[in-house]
Amino acid sequence: MASNNDSIQKTLFVAILLCLVCSIIVAGAAVSLKPMQIANKQLDKNKNILAAAGLLVEGESIEEQFKQITTRIVNLETNTYATEAELAEIKAAGYDPKAFDQRKSSKDPQFSDKLDASKDIASIKRLENFAAIYTVEKNGAVETMILPVHGYGLWSTLYGFLALEGDLETVVGLGFYSHAETPGLGGEVDNPSWKAQWVGKKLYDESGDLAIRVIKGKADANSPHDVDGLSGATLTGRGVSNLVNFWLGDNAFGPFLSDAKAGGV
Amino acid sequence: MSSLKSIISEPIFSQNPIAVQILGVCSALAVTTSLQVTLVMCLALTTVTAFSNVGIALIRNHIPNNIRIIVQMIIIASLVIVVDQVLKAYAYEISKQLSVFVGLIITNCIVMGRAEAYAMKNGPVMSFFDGIGNGLGYSVVLIVVATVRELFGAGNLFGFEVLPLITNGGWYQSNGLLLLPPSAFFIIGFFIWALRSWKTEQVEQADFKILPNTVNSEQH
Repeated sequence: MASNNDSIQKTLFVAILLCLVCSIIVAGAAVSLKPMQIANKQLDKNKNILAAAGLLVEGESIEEQFKQITTRIVNLETNTYATEAELAEIKAAGYDPKAFDQRKSSKDPQFSDKLDASKDIASIKRLENFAAIYTVEKNGAVETMILPVHGYGLWSTLYGFLALEGDLETVVGLGFYSHAETPGLGGEVDNPSWKAQWVGKKLYDESGDLAIRVIKGKADANSPHDVDGLSGATLTGRGVSNLVNFWLGDNAFGPFLSDAKAGGV
Repeated sequence: MSSLKSIISEPIFSQNPIAVQILGVCSALAVTTSLQVTLVMCLALTTVTAFSNVGIALIRNHIPNNIRIIVQMIIIASLVIVVDQVLKAYAYEISKQLSVFVGLIITNCIVMGRAEAYAMKNGPVMSFFDGIGNGLGYSVVLIVVATVRELFGAGNLFGFEVLPLITNGGWYQSNGLLLLPPSAFFIIGFFIWALRSWKTEQVEQADFKILPNTVNSEQH
């Protein structure tokens, strides 16, 4: 029996048959569980949007809490909310404007453009044409605006949300929901006490230029713009600084934000 | 079937995979900061060990000897991926915390060890219970470690506050070391010590015999 098992034919036969059976099992599990996993991801994203805005209440249903949030699509080329025609175009391409997958669209040639290296301070290579922003509105006025941000840290692209107050100048919170920075060093971007430093920071200096940044070492506690660097994670800190500045800057949400501030949107 | 009981109970204390065989320590350090995560990890590992043992036992007479390790790995890896996918679908939060460690069950020595040592030579039913038994043995150690670490490191059990922390206005000063992986080494060490004081047959023969103190002063 044993010698028979070791023949080349038998070895190949067992190997191929086993691989086939196992791949069917793995593929079956992956495909059949996919819808639930996508729903979980969406729920997790919504949870992070709420957390960035400081609205998350533990133990309550995320769906229920997310009802206070309005999702809007912004056209980053014209710097206005997307028109009906554009929304229809997004829908036709298989995206759901209510739960817009901006991350996927940033790799889709139809909805993104190559970004010129000189403008690409966040190293994201391609900039999507449409971005989903989230607002909390009371009596028609924006109370909190949550912007999606992403950019390269040291090892990975960090994806997160930056929440601004209704004046669109003050930070309410920053949080990342997906990254692969070194745990304990760059991974400390998830540390609540570091994230708490962002709260209340001002985006612009007196002359109206973007001034918010992560500095190396300890920031002056009274500084309205500087956030402490993470020790042992200078490059991740620089990445976070760059991505925040990119998304608030002229090539991304900058013009939209200044229009919104002037009441023009 | 009198041996069935011993197959399940032996690995829990007498032949514990972590405490006696010192296998699978890596994940015991990594996932034991909170009990909830630990329980899910234990469940995942027990499931994988049991079912990979069944799979291997079923085809043990047809596995070519020269590729047997690869065959075992394929079966184990497939099961681990299935478990990982199920966790992502039904326990997303916990799967995020376990992150890479579910995938690392593939390389957990306990799973490979039982496949090679037991399932290759025994029938599927016995192999299944051998997997359950070893999974339980692993779980016992992890639960002990996680209980100590979560209770004294964070003042919680299952996320509920047991010892009110000073930072939250209580009286307990948490022990930060316990939240770091090295602390699990100490706790596993104490566990082994306690176990060997109870079951003295586990104490290994010393490699060297230490002589009583010799007096050197007379030679000078």
